[in-house]
Amino acid sequence: MNTATNNPKSVESFELYAPKLVSKEEFFVGGHRACQGCGESLAIRLMCKALGKDTVITNATGCMEVISSLYPTTAWRLPWIHVAFPNAAAVGSGVEAGLKALRRKGKIADRRVKSVAIGGDGGTMDIGFQALSGAMERCHDMLYVCFDNEAYMNTGIQRSSGTPFLASTTTAPAGKKIPGNQVWKKNLPEIMVAHNVAYVATATPSYPIDFMNKVKKARQVKGPSYIHCLVTCPTGWRTPSETCIKLGRLALETGIFPLYEVEDGKYRLTVEVPEKRRPVQDYLKGQGRFRHLTPDQIQVIQERVDIEWETLMIKVNCSKSKEELRAQRTR
Amino acid sequence: MGKRIGMEIALAAAEAAALCRPDVIAAYPITPNTHIPEHLSDIVAEGRLDAEFICVESEHSAISACCGASGTGARTFTATSSQGLLYMQEVLPIVSAMRLPVIMAIGNRAISGPINIWNDHSDIMYQRDTGWVSLFAANGQETVDMVIQVFKIGEHRDVMLPVNINLDGFQLTHVVEPIIMPDQEEVDRFLPAYVPYAALHPDNIVSMGTLGMPEIYAEAQKSKNVALVNSKKVILEVWKEWEKQFGRKYEPIQSYRTEDADIALVTMGSMGETAEIAVDELRKQGVKAGLLKIKLWRPFPFDDLKKAVKGIRVLAVTDRAVSFGGPGGPVFSEIRSALYDVPKRPKIVNFIIGLGGRDIQVENFMDMVRRATKGKLSEPYEFYGVRG
Repeated sequence: MNTATNNPKSVESFELYAPKLVSKEEFFVGGHRACQGCGESLAIRLMCKALGKDTVITNATGCMEVISSLYPTTAWRLPWIHVAFPNAAAVGSGVEAGLKALRRKGKIADRRVKSVAIGGDGGTMDIGFQALSGAMERCHDMLYVCFDNEAYMNTGIQRSSGTPFLASTTTAPAGKKIPGNQVWKKNLPEIMVAHNVAYVATATPSYPIDFMNKVKKARQVKGPSYIHCLVTCPTGWRTPSETCIKLGRLALETGIFPLYEVEDGKYRLTVEVPEKRRPVQDYLKGQGRFRHLTPDQIQVIQERVDIEWETLMIKVNCSKSKEELRAQRTR
Repeated sequence: MGKRIGMEIALAAAEAAALCRPDVIAAYPITPNTHIPEHLSDIVAEGRLDAEFICVESEHSAISACCGASGTGARTFTATSSQGLLYMQEVLPIVSAMRLPVIMAIGNRAISGPINIWNDHSDIMYQRDTGWVSLFAANGQETVDMVIQVFKIGEHRDVMLPVNINLDGFQLTHVVEPIIMPDQEEVDRFLPAYVPYAALHPDNIVSMGTLGMPEIYAEAQKSKNVALVNSKKVILEVWKEWEKQFGRKYEPIQSYRTEDADIALVTMGSMGETAEIAVDELRKQGVKAGLLKIKLWRPFPFDDLKKAVKGIRVLAVTDRAVSFGGPGGPVFSEIRSALYDVPKRPKIVNFIIGLGGRDIQVENFMDMVRRATKGKLSEPYEFYGVRG
């Protein structure tokens, strides 16, 4: 895929051509118990394709562990471990350390096997936040992917720090007095950038090639990398299952969830956002979790999204990689 | 040949762990175990041990990282105390359920409320039912020996369980004692390389830690219990091998002057040594006193206990933890329950002693024996020498 992009003539047909290059091998197989239209299980399937076989997955407790590992069955054709809710990053760092030591000592085959930890927004942004921060700070050769469906869906749609402003959840419901979640979503990718993580990216399975390219890139990093993947949850978002992909695209086109990557400190948009972004209304209106919103409230969200977008664009336009800054100093 | 050295016991425990060539060590600082991981990090930094030392950001992550590393087939070691052990608790029963032989040294310390850094056994008693093999050392030599023994026990194909070895905070961790430190060749001869039953690697794909529905969860619990109960056979074998190679004998319950004893004290951990002196003093005064030192806490050595108490009329069980609102200390309730079916069982009394580092001296043990003999106790258990 990457070689194709290097040839300018092939760029136009690339989008049609690229999916044909995707591996047909499945590492996350069917028969699992995910809901219809689950964005997360789709994203995991794509992620595994991009990672390939030399991978060990550490899974935080959550929907994906529940739907994929009902003993005596498993949907995983990769080595996989689940321990508990808050510790995927810590277990994954142990996996990395174990593989590293055993390889160095000649106890296992001498080739790189990547440790990849995954968790939902609750297991990553809330209860697993400390373990994630520690693992990233310690510079393990590990990729962490957060599959963010914006609430504790596994336990029944409770509010997390990934829940959007004013979304209705079972613990931050839209009531007569309080109209849903009262604070803005935590910006975890930005916090990961602040950890000096060499590669940070946002993604959604609605742009599968973009997501898989990011996973491949993150896999190559010799050190910590982080991908924040927005995934639709029809059950929790109160949306029809067939809108799974469409919602991810609307999240991008409205600027609510831009797709970008931060390499060595430099920001870059990876999927173009229309010059004239669609109004947030287009994203919010089809979702049951936002159906109580008044025009005024939607306007508040629009303004916030505009400001977030501009903040990101300043970074995209002005940020420099540490490598560039280093080169400037030596000049 | 190992040589006799004078060394702080925590450092000696670290040296012993290093002799076992662990692949991954993950630990978080908490008093009083800290010297163990500190010294291990020294050993790794000096290049004497080839291992990954992970400075995790919490005990929860320490045990989690060990769990992940052990999942890959790495030999892993950690150490903690008190609140740190409680913070690990969520993960402890998962490690044993996954049958991963993580080894942990616990520098036993009181549990907060009020905060207290000194020694008792509250921390491990909260973890009693997590499915780990659990041993208590009474001195520096036992600590060193047990640290090496437990790798062999935990990794044995008939056991495959995590093991914790308990050494009293400060009373053991911070005390310098003469210790015979085995050398590398001896330990290599005793302890074979770890061959995991299953490991996280793409060459042999496995799913670890899957979801257990009601149809299988109970079986998983039963199998863990069977494994823990059956581990005793391996523990005894390993202790026999140890005795053969190193000449030091280990038993689940070590009896001291109990052959003709009327009354026996029961201790776990370092207070056994003080109690020995008390027994000697009482013997001089004509009191037929003895002592039982419990070294194997889990699996609990029921048969050994029944044998050890034969002929004893009164058993004064000491506990260094409280089971609030319960039948007495955890050791006491275990022993009383264990002896319930024995037709000629001793009278069993319970002293809760040495909480939060409260000193217990020879005279105190002698006093306990005298009072237990006379039966002058506030039933069924007593907070010994505690005001209010």
